[in-house]
Amino acid sequence: MNGNWDWSAVADFMPRFWDGVLLTLQVLALGSLLSFSLGLVWAFGLRSASRFVRWPVNVVTEFIRNTPLLVQLFFLFFVLPEWGVQFSALTTGTVAIGLHYSTYTAQVYKAGIDAVPVGQWEAATALSLPAHRTWFAVILPQAIRRIVPALGNYVVSMLKDTPLLAGISVLEMLQQARLESASTFQYTEPLTVVGVAFILIAYPASLLLRALERRLVR
Amino acid sequence: MSAENAIPAPENPAATDELIRFDNVTKRFGKNTVLDNLCFSVKPGKHVTLIGPSGSGKTTILRLLMTLMKPEEGTIHVNGQQLYPTQGEKQLREIRKNIGMVFQQFNLFPNMTVLRNITEAPVRVLGLSKDEAEQRARDLLDLVGLGDRCDAKPTQLSGGQQQRVAIARALAMRPQVLLLDEVTSALDPELVAGVLDVLRDIARTTDITMLCVTHEMNFARDISDDVLMFDSGRVIESGPPEKIFGDPEHERTREFLGAVL
Repeated sequence: MNGNWDWSAVADFMPRFWDGVLLTLQVLALGSLLSFSLGLVWAFGLRSASRFVRWPVNVVTEFIRNTPLLVQLFFLFFVLPEWGVQFSALTTGTVAIGLHYSTYTAQVYKAGIDAVPVGQWEAATALSLPAHRTWFAVILPQAIRRIVPALGNYVVSMLKDTPLLAGISVLEMLQQARLESASTFQYTEPLTVVGVAFILIAYPASLLLRALERRLVR
Repeated sequence: MSAENAIPAPENPAATDELIRFDNVTKRFGKNTVLDNLCFSVKPGKHVTLIGPSGSGKTTILRLLMTLMKPEEGTIHVNGQQLYPTQGEKQLREIRKNIGMVFQQFNLFPNMTVLRNITEAPVRVLGLSKDEAEQRARDLLDLVGLGDRCDAKPTQLSGGQQQRVAIARALAMRPQVLLLDEVTSALDPELVAGVLDVLRDIARTTDITMLCVTHEMNFARDISDDVLMFDSGRVIESGPPEKIFGDPEHERTREFLGAVL
């Protein structure tokens, strides 16, 4: 590489790049959705009155949280098929990232739920509210208000982890840049474009989160 | 509900003229005995005030009745139905519906408007239509002098206003028993009178049974049919307010009243 910046290489990369952006955002959206919903299920499990629920959920989530995402990706993509379970690289990647981050969001939900004053539970009991109304009308709306910023931070984190999916050849931004470079032998332009793209998505997202935090957590 | 018939009658049914009955109830926190073999009963429609030094177990009695905690020993009956030892979650729920509670810290739901705070339980628990529940809520808000604050959020109200909403919220369930747990203790002094006036009004105009823990002795004297003086988890003296405040028998009662009056 001679260090000369070649705008035509940037232009050539654009079609692939936009495909990569779309796929990255798709993984991010579906992964977030999965991590938010599964995380809530874990959080209920972690707060269960029965230790036969609490204990296994704790073991599973700690295991997933404390092993690297890349190892989990490889395991799901290369090892599961040996047992006859096979999904596309994209599905595997989305599930892996959503599952991995659900163990973080579970802790966030749990902290948010624990922070709701005990008096709210007592008032719900005093009014004989059924358990599902207590959760969905009283406790969770208050908990989620407090934790939106923390959940948002994990979305930004997740965005920055999507390049790991290149490891199982999902055609997200980084993988598109690698394919482009492999055919043109120009590494600088595609990789730079991808790097800039991450900052252009992640930084405004962080600003948005901060604004949201000011609005919600008063 | 048809299931009610299936609940077996308690072995030792409380006398029908007693709405609440405690028999030999003991409650401990660790080594600390808060209620010590407590026996007392309350007749329907009576207003009973529990007085005594802090830590003497008054609030615990209300929390036991509201099923927020369980006693270690003894039995509690409400309306002839056995609350403790529990005969299953189903009966607990049935009994709980007849009891309302107002808390020291109001405990309104901050994510709901004043109106929703009051309509939520009648709609979800009693099965009222939204319109019926809102009508009931508006009537109650008028009663507590907040008819114009339906759409406010609790945080936009003063402590006294929040507590009056909490009273309306408890009454919206039309409970037989209203438990009042130091409802003015968290309020600024100038807001206390408004809340107490509302409660005096309710005591005078309804036949609801009240169990009231308070340090407002004038209020206790005004509304009570009976006053129970607590010390160290026991009722050491009880009687009509004229007797307890005018001519207490027990030395501890005289000391306590001397300190607070």
